[in-house]
Amino acid sequence: MKKTPTTILIALLLTFSFILNAQQEDTAKLKSVYFEVNDYVEDNEGCLKCHGEQKFKLEDAFGRTVTEHMCPDRFVDRDKYYSSVHKSFSCTDCHSYDLFEFPHPLEARIEEKMICMDCHGYDESYAQYHFETIEVEFQESIHNIDEFSCWKCHDPHSYKAFMRNADDIEAAVLYDNEMCLSCHANFSQFMVLTDRGEINLVESHDWLPNQVAHFRSVRCIECHTEINDSILIAHKIMPKTEAVKNCTECHSRDSHLMHTLYKFQVKEDRKAGFANAIILNNSYVIGANQNIVLNWLSLLVFGLTFLVILFHTVMRIIKLKDK
Amino acid sequence: MATSKIYLYPVWIRIWHVINALMFILLLLTGISLHYSGSGFNLIGFEASVGIHNVCALILTFNYGVYVIGNMVTKNGKYYRKWRKNLVPKLWKQFVFYAVGIFRNEPHPFPITKKQKFNPLQKVAYVFAMYFGMPLLIISGIALMVPDLIGYKVFNVSGLIFYDVLHIIVGFVLSVFLLIHLYTCTLGDKPGTLFKSMVNGYHEEHK
Repeated sequence: MKKTPTTILIALLLTFSFILNAQQEDTAKLKSVYFEVNDYVEDNEGCLKCHGEQKFKLEDAFGRTVTEHMCPDRFVDRDKYYSSVHKSFSCTDCHSYDLFEFPHPLEARIEEKMICMDCHGYDESYAQYHFETIEVEFQESIHNIDEFSCWKCHDPHSYKAFMRNADDIEAAVLYDNEMCLSCHANFSQFMVLTDRGEINLVESHDWLPNQVAHFRSVRCIECHTEINDSILIAHKIMPKTEAVKNCTECHSRDSHLMHTLYKFQVKEDRKAGFANAIILNNSYVIGANQNIVLNWLSLLVFGLTFLVILFHTVMRIIKLKDK
Repeated sequence: MATSKIYLYPVWIRIWHVINALMFILLLLTGISLHYSGSGFNLIGFEASVGIHNVCALILTFNYGVYVIGNMVTKNGKYYRKWRKNLVPKLWKQFVFYAVGIFRNEPHPFPITKKQKFNPLQKVAYVFAMYFGMPLLIISGIALMVPDLIGYKVFNVSGLIFYDVLHIIVGFVLSVFLLIHLYTCTLGDKPGTLFKSMVNGYHEEHK
């Protein structure tokens, strides 16, 4: 059916009988900071008056109303959106204009959604992010299944390039792990994408000593991805059987963490004497953070003690023979 | 040649000592494995080292409690008291004996008696090892075993770094003590005499 203003009007008034009751204009919700980063705030409110609310009200032509809950997948938090990497965007930069109609036309809803590569792929201005390599890694990843896309982990309405600008590694770890846990620790979300049974992360990681400290200090992907030095964050999620389970991968002088979590910070300030000292700004890893000065000093003291004992022993033997 | 026998090591001391020795050696080996993990010093696998180290640490801590309480309620505690009296001259005299006198077959300056189980060097070393070193080792070890107990910053550095470096330094000093302790135990009448004492409880000396 050809969409004309008339057919839309008829559809609105007769066929569906609902009309959207525009939410009470609540200008208090529109913070000045939104206008500082985005030129389309008022246009975007056309969508966010419903999609920016946990609940929205529908009213039909007869004045009857019903309050609906916004599906979490369709909800956009204004604060997160206007502080995300896409904060300057208009909704229609990525979504069809047809979605301005309500109820949304089926054609617009079925239309294939944009993915990261549509804007970021094969573009010199984004070359430093290596989106093409990320795409290849994703294709080889265990996450490459039907209905899975970049958006399952990186919500474009709230995504921040956290790791690249992370001053606080602990906060970055929390942010990153929440992406994984939003499905892997939330069975109702997990079962949408897979037929696998519920995972108990505490049980499946019970081999890990000091589990809480590990979960707080490192990202899931430290052990569950294959290292790729050409991109900041590895995207090739490995099957669980291939996850790192050897403690010394991280707990050693040549720590795996220096190629993952701390890979872009290795040139930052170091604390004298410690191996992999950058880790010490946030954490402490047994084996990886040996103090080189103490190592040598201990060997020296131990060696001298041993030599004194050896000398004393030899002298005793010589004296014994003299008796 | 007459042999004197003095009963110096009651059963509880010998049991405590053997547990302490075994646990300390296991802690030392696993501690080295953890510290140098991923290198040639990695004597025992990391995962096994963590498990063994934690279990041995708990046994050692309990055993240390037995030692402290034992010394409070039995006469064994008196051997660790009054260690500061005339300390420097006594230490020097004992040091000179180990450095020179022992090779000249000079008599022990502080012979072992029922009232004097340790010479001054031993006494000072044992007091420092058992009443300063061990508590520091245990406290820092507990802090590392239960990291949530640690304050985020200690003396303006991460609590984990502070306690780990402390644990490693004290552990190292006590391991040097162990090495010297083992060697000085060969300085009896025969190299095995003092080891035998710790088995049967009797200190033997030829007069």
